[in-house]
Amino acid sequence: MTFVLLAEQILNGIQFGIMLFLMAAGLTLIFGVMGLINLAHGSLYMIGAFSAAAVAGMTGSFILALLAALTASAAAGALVELLVIRRLYNKDHLDQVLATFALILIFSEGTRWIFGSFPLFLDIPDPLSGPVTIPGGIQYPLYRLVLIGAGLFISIGLGFMITKTRIGIQIRAGENDREMIAALGINISGLYTLIFSLGAALAGLAGALVGAIQSVQVGMGEPVLILAFVVIVIGGIGSIKGALIGALLVGLTDTLGSIFLPELLKLVTDPSTATSIGSSLSSMAIYILMGAILIWRPTGLFGIKP
Amino acid sequence: MMREYYLNTIILGIFIIIPIWAFIMDEPFTITLMTRAAIFALAAVGLNIALGLGGLVSLGHATFFGIGGYSMGILAYHAQTFTPLMEWPILVSGSKLMPLIWINAVIMSAVAGLLIGILSLRTSGVYFIMITLAFGQMFFFFSISWSAYGGEDGLSIYIRNSFPGLNTLVPIHYYTLCITLLCAVLWINSRLIKSPFGIALNAARQVPARVETVGLNPVRLKLAAFIMSGTVTGLAGALFADLNRFVSPTMFSWQTSGEIMVFVIIGGVGRLFGPVVGALVFVALEHWLGGLSDFWHIYLGLLLLGIVLFGRGGLIGMICGEARLHE
Amino acid sequence: MKLGTLALKSALISAVTVLSSAAMAGTKVGMITTLSGGGAGLGIDVRDGFMLAIKQSGRSDIEVVIEDDQRKPDIAVQLADKMVQSEKVDVLTGIIWSNLAMAVVPSVTAQGKIYLSPNAGPSPLAGAGCHPNYFNVAWQNDSLHNAGGAYAQSEGYKDVFIMAPNYPAGTDALNGFKALFEGDVASEVYTKLGQTDYASEIAQIRASGADAVYFFLPGGMGISFLKQYSGSGVDIPVIGPAFSFDQGILQAVGAAALGVRNTSQWNKDINTPTNKAFVGSFLAEYDRLPSLYASQGFDTANLLLSALETASVSDNIGFRSALKAANFTSVRGDFKFGSNNHPIHNVYIREVVREGDIFTNKIIGKVLSDHGDPYSKDCKM
Repeated sequence: MTFVLLAEQILNGIQFGIMLFLMAAGLTLIFGVMGLINLAHGSLYMIGAFSAAAVAGMTGSFILALLAALTASAAAGALVELLVIRRLYNKDHLDQVLATFALILIFSEGTRWIFGSFPLFLDIPDPLSGPVTIPGGIQYPLYRLVLIGAGLFISIGLGFMITKTRIGIQIRAGENDREMIAALGINISGLYTLIFSLGAALAGLAGALVGAIQSVQVGMGEPVLILAFVVIVIGGIGSIKGALIGALLVGLTDTLGSIFLPELLKLVTDPSTATSIGSSLSSMAIYILMGAILIWRPTGLFGIKP
Repeated sequence: MMREYYLNTIILGIFIIIPIWAFIMDEPFTITLMTRAAIFALAAVGLNIALGLGGLVSLGHATFFGIGGYSMGILAYHAQTFTPLMEWPILVSGSKLMPLIWINAVIMSAVAGLLIGILSLRTSGVYFIMITLAFGQMFFFFSISWSAYGGEDGLSIYIRNSFPGLNTLVPIHYYTLCITLLCAVLWINSRLIKSPFGIALNAARQVPARVETVGLNPVRLKLAAFIMSGTVTGLAGALFADLNRFVSPTMFSWQTSGEIMVFVIIGGVGRLFGPVVGALVFVALEHWLGGLSDFWHIYLGLLLLGIVLFGRGGLIGMICGEARLHE
Repeated sequence: MKLGTLALKSALISAVTVLSSAAMAGTKVGMITTLSGGGAGLGIDVRDGFMLAIKQSGRSDIEVVIEDDQRKPDIAVQLADKMVQSEKVDVLTGIIWSNLAMAVVPSVTAQGKIYLSPNAGPSPLAGAGCHPNYFNVAWQNDSLHNAGGAYAQSEGYKDVFIMAPNYPAGTDALNGFKALFEGDVASEVYTKLGQTDYASEIAQIRASGADAVYFFLPGGMGISFLKQYSGSGVDIPVIGPAFSFDQGILQAVGAAALGVRNTSQWNKDINTPTNKAFVGSFLAEYDRLPSLYASQGFDTANLLLSALETASVSDNIGFRSALKAANFTSVRGDFKFGSNNHPIHNVYIREVVREGDIFTNKIIGKVLSDHGDPYSKDCKM
């Protein structure tokens, strides 16, 4: 295993983690402030990717595509919040799980109804395509570096918003004491709609950014959704910092696990058994990580103790 | 408002009259559908022990469903291919005998329930939902890559396993077996609710501190409920595998966990017959809506949404009103 | 929007076909295929190809019952029970995925029904588990991978990096490749099923120093891999089976697939009158180019129609031998059944090209002639 390969894999893990963070940030905010489990978050990711692909197909502009993804997913988020989600805040987790499970069904088949059953096309814009050579002689795709940069930029922005702005103060107050901020005369239902569509926009943006290097298809949101849940549970639900660290942990575990587990097993058994057992173990690795962390700290790394 | 007791009688009546009617009219597929509903009901009755009685929201019950399924698949596969299951330390051969398979499924699910329960019960609330989901995903990915038993392709069992005195390949015979098991479990469940254990568990769900003061350990009560819940769902898994003569990792998927939970919620959480109604309605919808449109998931989704938003306590709650304890 | 209304239109067309023929007695065909969820594109193509052939035959005594399996094995099994017990069909067809076929085919053939496979060809059903009631009109699963190995061999590659998802069809694929490839395997990598990010595999490819890459990543997985691979700057040539270069998904891969070589038993430029007529009429009927899957659906229906000309479904033995004769003109050209009822056909190597606005394939050579499968020797029928 060379240094170059290792460095490249670490970058891959970080890039994967950063994209997970965009998904997880919204999820953890929505849970932290409104106490809502939103299984339909993956659908918003899908909506972002599909609207980006549709707009890119019509205009050929990647910037417009990203804007469309942000707008469409934020709008879809706001709409869903107004129609359905706000009726769920006072219900228990069970009802929330069922209702948002129902939303997944509606969004997935609705998307298929509008766009058809075949995957859509969305590509990296030309100026960002191809590899660059970074210090250490590593050749790395430029677009993935841009993804890391964009993700870090957004997470810093999010951190700034939460710690320094008026909205952020309201959000933090909402996490600590829901009744109090209503008593202080803050428009709580407006705040909830805002947070929900902010989370939706982040998910939609992630969908569009990732859609350029992956397949834009119905059902693309669910695997990411499960991973995002793993992330926020590891980090501690409601904690943005936890989500960031959890996302990086999951990204690195998943990427490095799939490389090193087979290699490690090759030391003790023959190559083909090692490859197959190694790949099964690596696909279980993040869940094992999550289980271990929860057993060690039952409310995640940065969760609030009950 | 109808008394829940009468409603339950009507539901049981549906499970008896429709198959008899289908048998007379020579509509074997209706019996197969009812068998499917009865098995799903059993799986959901299992989940309801954890969910309704113990307040444990498990989004990983597919684990038990799958373990039950693979108990059947692995035993029958070895019997079918005449290969021993293991040769060391003792020779164990496969089996095509249902009672043996069921016992095996129950034991395996109980062991899994014990291990998963001990670890998961350290957490609570959303964390509990997520850790059970994580265990489900572990089993799912493991079964996909476990090539000895078919991996993602699953295992096909060519002929349904046997039960002494019955020809299980005849739909009505197999249905009779499944509905008998469902009734037995429902009866045990109804006794369980009224037993000292059930009352203590109910208290542990509502005010754990009060249970502790009388010297009971709420975590242990919940663990026992979780294990029982898992064994029932595991048994359902074995029956489901036999209905399809097939097992695959799909049985372990998180969507399966979600569906089992959907059965319970449609019918009504914590109601004795809630899961039964839920499973029956779900199977009927799946059958009719699927025939209406390619995009039937949209209608299913809207319907589920309607039940959550406007129905209190699921369908049984809508018909019978709020639950009255110890009625 | 355009795609959506099209899908709706084709759904309506087939629904009408079912209704109009439902009233009459005759042959009843049950089609279980994937029409919803992520893999729906394949099922829709098989269905449309199949229904086109039935429509062209002008026969009104064939009733086709179509059901959606949602790509779930347990639903497929339940639908098969329904087809056999309730609809009382004579012939079943339509399943796309190997794992669903393994769940359904053994039990329906054991119940005396004919099963015609328009896509999946798992090895157990070609070998020891073969059955006189089971006919595969598409390919045995190894077929295109065998061709991949043979092509890599003929190109003189010495050291090939091979990759597939970690599930039985993936293992079969890589073994199928190695069967006819004599060079070295630089590395054999199994990815997660449904994986969407291949950055780490691409890094391994870059580091491996291989002179070619062979990959089997069906559907969305292939789209993701190709897009990421073309952006990575690795310029090792890639070979794959047709599944990642199909007409239905090629537009989603875009320029990233240009020039990639892939193996297939069919392409729209096979120069026979039957194939030209098929491509033209499919385009006219559904307003899109046919895919590999559509061609297989079309062949399946034509095989059935040819057998119905000479025998009745109620005469099981006679109907089976009429099917086995394969007395129809396949759109892929030469076609006959081997001893295990799996195709013996030519496999071609294609290249992805751009024709005007759309991406499509062009045949550049024949890799295997009259190719059967290695499992027929285990089949005792």
